[in-house]
Amino acid sequence: MSLLALQSDFREWLTTGSDDVAARFEPEAQAGLLVYQNNYRASLMACLEESFPQTLAWIGNQPFRSVAATLIDARPPDSWSLDHYAAHLPAALSACFPDDPEVAELAVLEQALTDAFVGPDAAALASGQLASIDWDIAMLRLVPTARLLTVFTNAAAIWSALSSDREPPSPETLAVPAILLVWRAGHTSCFRVLDAVEDQLVRDMLEGIAFADVCTRLVEAFGEADGIKTAGTWLARWAAEGLLDRFHLAQSMSPHPKLPMDSRGNGAPSNS
Amino acid sequence: MSAPSFSGFGLGLRKPHYAEFLETDVPVDFVEVISENFMIDGGRPRDILHKVRERYPIALHGVSMSVGSAHGLDRAYLSRLRALVDEIEPLFVSDHLSWSRTPAFNSHDLLPIPYTLEALDIVCVNISEAQDALGRTMLIENPSSYISFAQSEMTEWDFLHAVSDRTGCDLLLDVNNIYVSAVNHGFDPFAYTAGMPMDRVRQIHLAGHSQGETLLIDTHDKPVPAPVWSLFAHVMERAGPVAVMIERDDDIPPLADLMAELDMARALLPEKAAA
Repeated sequence: MSLLALQSDFREWLTTGSDDVAARFEPEAQAGLLVYQNNYRASLMACLEESFPQTLAWIGNQPFRSVAATLIDARPPDSWSLDHYAAHLPAALSACFPDDPEVAELAVLEQALTDAFVGPDAAALASGQLASIDWDIAMLRLVPTARLLTVFTNAAAIWSALSSDREPPSPETLAVPAILLVWRAGHTSCFRVLDAVEDQLVRDMLEGIAFADVCTRLVEAFGEADGIKTAGTWLARWAAEGLLDRFHLAQSMSPHPKLPMDSRGNGAPSNS
Repeated sequence: MSAPSFSGFGLGLRKPHYAEFLETDVPVDFVEVISENFMIDGGRPRDILHKVRERYPIALHGVSMSVGSAHGLDRAYLSRLRALVDEIEPLFVSDHLSWSRTPAFNSHDLLPIPYTLEALDIVCVNISEAQDALGRTMLIENPSSYISFAQSEMTEWDFLHAVSDRTGCDLLLDVNNIYVSAVNHGFDPFAYTAGMPMDRVRQIHLAGHSQGETLLIDTHDKPVPAPVWSLFAHVMERAGPVAVMIERDDDIPPLADLMAELDMARALLPEKAAA
């Protein structure tokens, strides 16, 4: 038998456990085949359990393992990274729990937090550096781990309760879908809910937007005085949360900034 | 060109011990990490790797290269590993004499190959490609196995000898794997070590195993057992300068326990080497 044919048979054995496939190997190999199949399934199961601790806690060990086993049967891994395999679980949960949409959303959130945890590094603008930026020309861009999720249930509240050992709320469908911003600050993955105005701004900040345009948008949304005040407040918050990509702002840094910020981080650019 | 000659004692870097490696002076000469755990874009794991690298030489040990794959290597994987190699400048880069991938499939397990002339050609082509892609000599590790193939045309040690001769790769000798496979397949572990080109062995793994229903299983979840220590002592009689380490992947004990095992390894060094 060629190596190609042997490896094809071996793959078929691992993914099906078929007696017919096992019979293609020598009788002395049967005990070893079982060890390899156990290793194969156990490593995938362990990967899924470790990747979704809160989802597992929410639905319980047995249901979780049942869904995981269904996924392992239906979808063999195709990447060298086990992390990539975990990304398939939310869809499997959605198919197995059609009447409990918070289950899949919980898993989507966990996956997004994991992705952020190992996502690209970026130096974030610190609050103390706000005053060094020339805000007339500054472009705001979020750190590369930032992404948005839309959830239709209170999965985020469930995750927060489970991850801090509090009693989770009962699952419910939200009256209005929530937009979650997920990112990594330092070494810690974070998320928070955005309102509609910040959601729209953040979508542009993922690609890069002039701070002057941010101010214009906020003035349109909240009026002249409150819009400017909100721009200053949100800018300070984004910096404090480690959301702003410092590299992108580096070109706007000036030793003599035209628009110094309030040192408490609450002020607005003086002539915006 | 061979991998660098290095003599010392080390441990695998595992999460429960991160803080001790970062905050205390752990008396080891090198640490080994699983390459794939750090083939990521960024975040805390890579930050820790860089900080540990500032204090210790690092050996990159892979589990997913699949040098025994009849379908060849995954070039995207190689490219990602090369980036990590360039960044870390490791002491060694190693992987196993096994396969794990076919097109659109990865078993995430170290699967056995038959020791045939055809497989030898395939493995040598793959290792040569990997060494070219990485720009360095690799270490290839003997696997533990639960199946042997009647179609094999040579022993595992003859196969590894031929691989090393043809590709110039060096070897990582896992003494526990020799023992596990010897028991499972009924060969003499001392014949195995006698047949190995010891001058090509740059690194040694020591680990524990478990008794399965009918086979020994390479679980890395127990201390190194007496038969493996005996075999190790025998290996060290013939070994040249080599990097010796304890490989523990499950039921990971306090670091002090692993350091005690490492002291046992040091104590088994023949007098000529210890001097």
